[in-house]
Amino acid sequence: MSLAHESYAPLRGRLVTPVTVILALLTLPAAWFLLQRFIYGMGAVSNLNNGQAWGIWIVFDVLIGTAFACGGYALALLVYIFNRHEYHPLMRPAVTASMLGYALGGAAVIVDLGRWWNFWHLLWPGYANVNSVMFEVGVCITIYIFILMLEFAPIALERFGLMKWKKLLNKVMFAVIALGVLLPSMHQSSLGSMLIVMGGQVHPLYQTVLLPLLYVLSALAMGYAIVIFEGTISGEGFRLPRETPLLAKVGRVLAWVVLAWLVIRFADLAWRGVLPLAFQPGRVSTMFWIEIALYAMAVLILFIPTLRKIPCMLFIAAASMLAAASLYRIDSYFVAYNPGDQIHYFPSIPEMSITIGIASFEILAFIILVRLFPVFPAHGKSKAA
Amino acid sequence: MSITRRSFLARILGSGAAVASAATAGAPVAEARGNKTLPPKAVGLLYDSTLCTGCKACVVGCKIANGKPLSTPMETAYLDDTKELNPDALNVIQMYVNGTPSAKDREENGFAFFKHSCMHCVDPSCVSACPVQALQKDAENGVVTWSRDACIGCRYCVMACAFRIPKFRYTSAFDPDINKCQLCNHLWAEGKYSACAYVCPTGATLYGPVEMLHKEAKRRLSLKPGEKFRTVRGRIDAKKPQRTRAYTVPNYKQHIYGETEGGGTQMLMLSAVDFHKLGLPKVQRRSWASISETVQHTLYSYLVFPAIALAGLMAITYRTARVTEDEEGEET
Repeated sequence: MSLAHESYAPLRGRLVTPVTVILALLTLPAAWFLLQRFIYGMGAVSNLNNGQAWGIWIVFDVLIGTAFACGGYALALLVYIFNRHEYHPLMRPAVTASMLGYALGGAAVIVDLGRWWNFWHLLWPGYANVNSVMFEVGVCITIYIFILMLEFAPIALERFGLMKWKKLLNKVMFAVIALGVLLPSMHQSSLGSMLIVMGGQVHPLYQTVLLPLLYVLSALAMGYAIVIFEGTISGEGFRLPRETPLLAKVGRVLAWVVLAWLVIRFADLAWRGVLPLAFQPGRVSTMFWIEIALYAMAVLILFIPTLRKIPCMLFIAAASMLAAASLYRIDSYFVAYNPGDQIHYFPSIPEMSITIGIASFEILAFIILVRLFPVFPAHGKSKAA
Repeated sequence: MSITRRSFLARILGSGAAVASAATAGAPVAEARGNKTLPPKAVGLLYDSTLCTGCKACVVGCKIANGKPLSTPMETAYLDDTKELNPDALNVIQMYVNGTPSAKDREENGFAFFKHSCMHCVDPSCVSACPVQALQKDAENGVVTWSRDACIGCRYCVMACAFRIPKFRYTSAFDPDINKCQLCNHLWAEGKYSACAYVCPTGATLYGPVEMLHKEAKRRLSLKPGEKFRTVRGRIDAKKPQRTRAYTVPNYKQHIYGETEGGGTQMLMLSAVDFHKLGLPKVQRRSWASISETVQHTLYSYLVFPAIALAGLMAITYRTARVTEDEEGEET
């Protein structure tokens, strides 16, 4: 097995562009409303209530946000565990995006914690409740954010020419990578397990003890999908040579993961005898089928070799997959969750502004990092100006 | 070439077998947990919808006992119109109305009252959900309490409670609290007990040891509709119980709500109208806390599986990671 010698270089280029300016402007309302949230309380800016206590700050920013940040996890599994080093060139952009996604997901948790100054209780033995699913999530994500920083560290050390330190870090990198595969497997599954204790308030189409398996598999699928999605956009946006053949191969892996997910999903419904509920007209069953249709579209495109080799189709499949798994999270926490009679939740404008601001900040930070740090592979002609 | 595909597969299978054998060995560690059982000195309430006149003395009494602001001045406390639980109302009386409500405790063209306050579950979801032990169930008396000092304000308890009890104060930035009935356990030291039961004129809400309340509930269900019966008001275990006047035995539904719901609760309810029509949720007998904790401890008990998985992963990455990173190193 001969390994391609890889080298990376910062993309350089201008930091102030129409795209980065728009992204920066989108963070401004978020900053304003965040200030209000911390001065006047959560009720001043959000539509959260005592029926639907978790809104988009949890479901979008944390649940979907960290699942979007599973690229590093999914690729590490492929590259280091299944020993597929041909995918290694995709690793650095994925780790960078994952680090930003998880760091901001962690920050979003603070926004949603009413008594945020007590956050450290989650990590303190005297307070910790090991029976709580959220305890596992909190501890695991906190550690994983540091692991992602260590995974990103070689890029930064390389940038500043600290090769001795990089060599030193590389000696223990195997342990870091192993933890980087283990921890997301743990907390991404727990993000699903959190629903179990909510019991009968969650519609039977979504309430199952297989939630951890379904959540971790779909997070993995989102990881591969985001690698394709982000790879395509970066390729176009930064005018890099197309990586389509490699991304198409990721697409084939993704196809199998999604297929496995669908099989488990329907086998579970059939086993619990609730499949007929999917055919009863209603909000939950409608959303269920929209979700399944999006999954099915992704699988169909990805299993047909001629289709998945077309960049546009591959991109559509990845987008469809991301939409499907995001919808799965939205459906299980919002649509399938019964907040009580006459209680409705729809996010307020300030609430949405904060979510949009966090996402914009994340993309902005990604653009800046890849322009300043050696994240993308250097392709032939040096871009150094 | 450091790793062939074959040796790699062999290793994957090897670590898989290790995990599988550990799974069998570890089985007793991660035993399924059943429902929890009633604490030895469990106290609670018995609420009999048929004895409730909807006077709402308990709603006001609760607010006073817990230092909550009254929604109307004391002179007009009878006008209190708190319809739902909120951070300043830990107990409300709600009303069931059907058609032209011309008779009490009748499902059709009738009306009935019911009490909404913490059920003090035997195996509470909120206690299982809370990541920082802010919600606790007393091992002796079983009262489910909330701690201001521990709480991080994540509101998992609000999402988890099948009875929709805990109420978070969204309007506060610097001290948003979770509010729920604690059976007035802060008054016990003064020899007092739950204000709702203390002020209830008819004995519809009765305080006492759960076992005594359960016995009393069963006694009422065994009575013949139309006959007369007397009971006590206030607390059932008083030295000199206050006897009520004689009531007519209603057409009780032959079910004690809270006997099995969610694995049982320390608040028991009787009614002549179907409990679900009153707005009380159907909650299965196997507690959801026990299911959640069984899943969680099967995966994480003593971190056995994560440790094995980490060892397996490191055995693989020890080779694979070094290969890549060294190659990379040569380049630079």
